[in-house]
Amino acid sequence: MSEIVHTFEGYSAAWFGPEWGPALFLTVKTLLLIVAIAIPIILCVAYLTLAERKVIGYMQVRIGPNRVGWNGLLQPFADVLKLLVKEVVVPTGANRFLFVLAPMLSLMPALAAWAVIPFAPELVLADINAGLLYLLAITSMGVYGVIIAGWAANSKYAFLGAMRSAAQIVSYEIAMGFALICVLMVSQSLNISDIVNGQGRGHFAEKGLNFLSWNWLPLFPMFLVYFIAAVAETNRAPFDVAEGESEIVAGFHVEYSGMTFALFFLAEYANMILVSTLAALMFLGGWLSPVDSTFANAVPPILWLALKVAALLFCFLWFRATFPRYRYDQIMRLGWKIFIPLTLIWVAVIGIWMQTPYNIWSGS
Amino acid sequence: MFETIVFYVFAAILLFAAARVITARNPVHAALFLVLAFFTAAAIWLLLRAEFLAIALVLVYVGAVMVLFLFVVMMLDINLDRLREGFWHHLPLGLAVAVVMLAETVFVLGGRYFGLATLPAPGDPGTAYNNTKEIGRVVYTDYIYPFELSAVLLLVAIIAAISLTLRRRTDTKAQNPAQQVAVKRQDRVRLVSMPAEKEE
Amino acid sequence: MIDRIRDLFKTFLLIELVKGMAITGRYLFARKITVQYPEEKTPISPRFRGLHALRRYPNGEERCIACKLCEAVCPALAITIESAQREDGTRRTTRYDIDLTKCIFCGMCEESCPVDSIVETRILEYHGERRGDLYYTKEMLLAIGDKYEAQIAADRASDAAYR
Repeated sequence: MSEIVHTFEGYSAAWFGPEWGPALFLTVKTLLLIVAIAIPIILCVAYLTLAERKVIGYMQVRIGPNRVGWNGLLQPFADVLKLLVKEVVVPTGANRFLFVLAPMLSLMPALAAWAVIPFAPELVLADINAGLLYLLAITSMGVYGVIIAGWAANSKYAFLGAMRSAAQIVSYEIAMGFALICVLMVSQSLNISDIVNGQGRGHFAEKGLNFLSWNWLPLFPMFLVYFIAAVAETNRAPFDVAEGESEIVAGFHVEYSGMTFALFFLAEYANMILVSTLAALMFLGGWLSPVDSTFANAVPPILWLALKVAALLFCFLWFRATFPRYRYDQIMRLGWKIFIPLTLIWVAVIGIWMQTPYNIWSGS
Repeated sequence: MFETIVFYVFAAILLFAAARVITARNPVHAALFLVLAFFTAAAIWLLLRAEFLAIALVLVYVGAVMVLFLFVVMMLDINLDRLREGFWHHLPLGLAVAVVMLAETVFVLGGRYFGLATLPAPGDPGTAYNNTKEIGRVVYTDYIYPFELSAVLLLVAIIAAISLTLRRRTDTKAQNPAQQVAVKRQDRVRLVSMPAEKEE
Repeated sequence: MIDRIRDLFKTFLLIELVKGMAITGRYLFARKITVQYPEEKTPISPRFRGLHALRRYPNGEERCIACKLCEAVCPALAITIESAQREDGTRRTTRYDIDLTKCIFCGMCEESCPVDSIVETRILEYHGERRGDLYYTKEMLLAIGDKYEAQIAADRASDAAYR
């Protein structure tokens, strides 16, 4: 594989000269890699929508979609086809340019964040040192799609949804950031690969019980805070007041139809997969196998990561099937009065813990 | 060569966005162009390998400050004619400030004493160089006092801002969820046993 | 005080949320009650109020005497009746139309009918593909009555004891 890549690099240098060849080669190679990451993600999104309908259906004693394809397996493609051929309606009085731009702005961060996510050792598009910071910065931009969509649609329901969503996302970002700061404190690195590898070391890992060395156990409160904040960040039930179909019809995307609506849908589910992957990488040991046995080690690392992400995504759907929607003021209270103080205290606790002789992360 | 071209593309976008911030008629458009300007500035910093600063700019300004900005701008009903009224009146002052700023920039960047020529060019630090770590090291050792001072200043500003805007209203009907959840059955329900009454 | 502390622990350990999730988790494995509609159907009551029909007597004479009670009682104004004298001197309808897009299937026409002529059958699978397809005229209603007379009569008979 690397030889073929190398050959192409040589061709590129030979054809376009030493000045342009490497630059062009790098651009094309990166673009191809982006496509190689984006397409599986979009496929995952498609099947996540099916899984959601199936899982929630089963929890409500129904069986969910089962007509298109075997047991409904082709349902996502039928949905996509339907949305593709539907008309994109731009409401009168809407700001046409921003109205069309908003869905793209909402999908862009959801896909761009995958650049620094390692799927297995060395299997990452850009293994940058400030990976975690990059993720925080990129995910914080997802809110623009929602705000612009709500404003550009020139509809009061959309606007209310956008306002709710913006306030909610900005609030929970703080708690989420502090939870991640705890992780980077104990890993002493912002590089995600290093964070994962750091979880493979420790007292229990030496005894073969790797999963007890992962961050979720010593940082359990932060794991919970992170995951709940992640649900709020992605505007999922029970924190889906931004959509709130029973109060503000569908919130920020009430005026969207066809493919523009599909992009919002795609962004929401891509974000769900993203935050679940992050939770798996930060707290659940990423691609590391839970126990140190020959069988567990034989499973390819990327499969372990996929399993953990799938389990967390199942929790997302489980929450949606279980909990009623939070009232808006309670969401704000939870974010500002409980999560932020809790995470602030825990940052201090971890800091003090790391200075004592009982520091369990000194090996890393 | 490649980097130079990328720099000029970003610089052109940055200048365009910055110009549109002050010329756009719609305040929401202006705010969005400001977002674009911040983002492009962050990209230019990335070209200089200042990834921590670039990401912090995106995280703080694009991710949080501008969202609140947009929030306010969208909620306000801004009358542009009223805003335009004082244009000629304020123009001399504005021009004076602009000239002073330009002079300062020229002085710092191109002057004989501070000019870029007098500073040594930073060498290529290599790929192992960790910008975040280096900034942390400098900030928490050499500049610890100024850093802590500014942190305390910011804290004071936060407390002041909150205490200025916090009004303890007595007439709100807000609920306290903690109290609601803590209510027990015996606080609300009283079971009484009454003798059966005869119907008249 | 002890209650307070216990509540605090309950809150922070998310006990009640876990309880809720346990319930939905149990239902994940429960037996599903979905009816696969076109292949499986639920039983329909003889009182079901579906598509309308006009009935005839066993000798082939149409029952309707154009009393217009159904037209008067229809809350949705879906029924339009015009009547005239037939050659044998009896009063009959020349027009009996039901606009099914207006009809709310309340069954009051059936209740009001003195001769059990207009009835609502248990047919629920019908559709129109063009505008006007759901505007049923006298001929169409009589045809439905002729086609499903056995079913209609059986339904009336089984419900007669409760009328």
